[in-house]
Amino acid sequence: MDFLSFLITGLGLGSVYAIIALGYTMVYGIAKMLNFAHGDVIMIGAYVAFFAVGKFNMPSLVAVLFSVLVCTLLGVLIERLAYKPLRDASTLSVLITAIGVSYFLQNAAQILWGSDTKIFPTMFDFGNISLFNGQLQISLLTLITILVCIVIMVVLTLFINKTKTGKAMRACSEDKATAQLMGINVDTTISITFAIGSGLAAIASVLLCSTYPAVNPTLGSMPGIKAFTAAVFGGIGSIPGAFIGGLLLGVLETLAKAYISSQMSDAIVFLVLIIVLLIKPTGLLGKKISEKV
Amino acid sequence: MTNGRLILKTENLGIEFGGLTAVKDFDIEMKANQIYGLIGPNGAGKTTIFNLLTKVYEPTHGSIYLNGKDITKESIVSVNQLGIARTFQNIRLFKDLTVLDNVKVGMHHSVRYNLLDSILKLPKYRNEEKAVREKAMSLLRLFDLEQFADVKASNLPYGKQRKLEIARALGTNPKLLLLDEPAAGMNPAETAELMETIKTVREKFSLAILLIEHDMKFVMGICERITVLNFGQVLATGTPDEIRNNPEVIAAYLGSDEE
Amino acid sequence: MAKLKTAFLGKNRNCHLCLGLVIIAYIVIEVLMYTGSLKSLFINLLVPVTSYIIVALALNLVVGISGELSLGHAGFMSIGAFTGVIVSNVMATMISNDILRLVISIIVGAIVAAFFGFLISIPVLKLQGDYLAIVTLAFGQIIKSLINNTFLGFDSNGFHFSFITNTVTLGTGGKMLINGPIGATATDRISTFTVGVILLIITILIIFHFINSKYGRSVMATRDDRIAAQSVGINVVKTKTIAFVLSAGIAGAAGVLYGLNFSTLVPARFDFNQSILILVYVVLGGLGNMFGTIISTFILVLLPELLRFLADYRMLIYAIVLIVIMIVTNNPTINQFIKKIFRRKKAEGELNND
Repeated sequence: MDFLSFLITGLGLGSVYAIIALGYTMVYGIAKMLNFAHGDVIMIGAYVAFFAVGKFNMPSLVAVLFSVLVCTLLGVLIERLAYKPLRDASTLSVLITAIGVSYFLQNAAQILWGSDTKIFPTMFDFGNISLFNGQLQISLLTLITILVCIVIMVVLTLFINKTKTGKAMRACSEDKATAQLMGINVDTTISITFAIGSGLAAIASVLLCSTYPAVNPTLGSMPGIKAFTAAVFGGIGSIPGAFIGGLLLGVLETLAKAYISSQMSDAIVFLVLIIVLLIKPTGLLGKKISEKV
Repeated sequence: MTNGRLILKTENLGIEFGGLTAVKDFDIEMKANQIYGLIGPNGAGKTTIFNLLTKVYEPTHGSIYLNGKDITKESIVSVNQLGIARTFQNIRLFKDLTVLDNVKVGMHHSVRYNLLDSILKLPKYRNEEKAVREKAMSLLRLFDLEQFADVKASNLPYGKQRKLEIARALGTNPKLLLLDEPAAGMNPAETAELMETIKTVREKFSLAILLIEHDMKFVMGICERITVLNFGQVLATGTPDEIRNNPEVIAAYLGSDEE
Repeated sequence: MAKLKTAFLGKNRNCHLCLGLVIIAYIVIEVLMYTGSLKSLFINLLVPVTSYIIVALALNLVVGISGELSLGHAGFMSIGAFTGVIVSNVMATMISNDILRLVISIIVGAIVAAFFGFLISIPVLKLQGDYLAIVTLAFGQIIKSLINNTFLGFDSNGFHFSFITNTVTLGTGGKMLINGPIGATATDRISTFTVGVILLIITILIIFHFINSKYGRSVMATRDDRIAAQSVGINVVKTKTIAFVLSAGIAGAAGVLYGLNFSTLVPARFDFNQSILILVYVVLGGLGNMFGTIISTFILVLLPELLRFLADYRMLIYAIVLIVIMIVTNNPTINQFIKKIFRRKKAEGELNND
């Protein structure tokens, strides 16, 4: 029973990672950049939701929407101001810029809201459901988190495959120059990608903070790194890969915490990642890199 | 001039990419010291054969023999160590290295010092570096690239880049040199000059040369034997004269009503 | 992140430039210290700055020369630092000469870090691009976790070790060398600026000798074109391993210098952010550009201190400076402008030579 309980907790955490990883992987797929500031967008999303509920007494769902809106705008703003001027620059220059943005967001949050940890308000209280005569207690929030993740994944896949914008995104990720020649507005497409990724980050932040109710300026760092790892795990650039990678990572982390050692859980997760990459050098669902000679 | 010994031999060499046959049943017999031409229309599979011979691609069928030794299972690196060097159709120089260093990289294995010698700059390192520099310079001289020794490779004009690639390949001390469109992008004067250089190289280094080229004057003028490819298969093999007068070859090149 | 580009070639002239810069800076700083015109804040930063320059040079060997992104170099620094702490403590009673103890610690730290560099290079160098980067990131995290959970003590009976929970009990005169998340405490501060500068000079010499050797050439050739390098008989994995191990060893040596400069040192000091910070020094200094790396590291380590008057805003300004530098240096118009000035100067120089 314990195992089942850990497994579900792990899937819940993994769902949060998966939602963040989707943002990473989409941006990577199109802009070919590692957006290290993505984790800090989560942090901003958490603060926005925190104030929306705590200060402005917004209803929970409205607060989530508000947070999504703010993060979406923030994502587009970051892309326009910091990344767009570097469209033709080396990937490392873009990486350093992303790190700069990350520092900026963290320190801005610290100046605006202080470096102390704030207790995230209870936005959703669904209680638990009891199964097997009370032997298994499952938090309904966890189940909803998993459900939200699945819905996002399905909607996103449909969006990418069925809509015109989705096709434009795929075209841009294959070849920006050709996409441009075909009449696709590359700048707009990239902006939309950042908007979606950042909006998802806001959702992830609320789910994350509902489970672990602590908000501080470095809140996003570790989930950011984990989600990045999840994206690579699944094969970076692949949407189903990010989903599977996120879930696996969450389960792995929770089980390692429960059965091996809570202090060593991160090390175990990263060790497994290295082993997976040794067997599948481009992640679980990643495309094989081949070069024309 | 060409003695009877076989330097390269392939049997039923072939490769499929996801069910699509790119090269099928490719057989070749090349003698030591021979200059051999591989021609055919675009997409006939010529470069693919080079990639098979140098193990950039893994053949799905057949075997490759170099000097009688089966090298089908060797790696791209060991094939070079066994004596095959090549150039690339789309020029693959080490673009941020100098012209001289490009050739020196080719000579990597003939430089004999270890890591400690180099880090501590011991006399062995100095002597060997001096020797490799001289050898590399003499190769550059052969291709008239001496004055560009310290120029970044990517800054060389196109034709000179092709020559540098040949010099780099020669640095590895090959027994068989594969040239993929060596005259592409050259003007007639340069092409004529290149023909002479290739002949000189063959004599000086006593090696066999297999080359892909679209310039028929070049191929007919330099090759002792030619194989024509079409749709991944050998269409004809023979001397330049035989090839010139082969009706099937003419049809493949000019197109015929039967197709 | 398939290919990293570099325009700077490691030639002897640059080696001499680097050495000249370091020696002149050393003399100037020593004179300023002698005349008492240096603030103690700045003096305290001298050894850390030197350590960071050394580790940045080591990282540039991997990122600039070998063309592979490493996000875990702080891990090697960490291994070096804690190895250094252990060695220096154990030898405290045997060797009374601090300098000798420091030198031995540096050598041992470098060897241990190089060994870990070799271990990690086995999976790392089979991978390419971002997959390689994430393995180095994972490695840095693992090292941090491992040291964070290590409890190592030393007394007259030898070493006492436990993992995750602290069960180490020591006899009289015993000392905790690594105390889990608390790290190393009450370490003898035996690092000196002069030894640091000598280590830096040795590092510069090693790196340039390496770059100008057949090993360096084959590493750069592999970076520029992997398939072409293989086609001329270069074993690309072996080649990259050599560069990576060398870099890890140098980073380890820098770690020892850093670790033995503080009486307390927590494992969390060498986290992911630290690795990223070192990468920032390298990228701003220029890939493969050792001279630039020395200058950029020097400035960027001091910058937060120089920005102290901005109080809470200093890291915010630091972030903005980073972003602006990246945007400006990648702006084609500005680059054109800089090139023009540079070209004119060069042309004048040639004219004067006639």
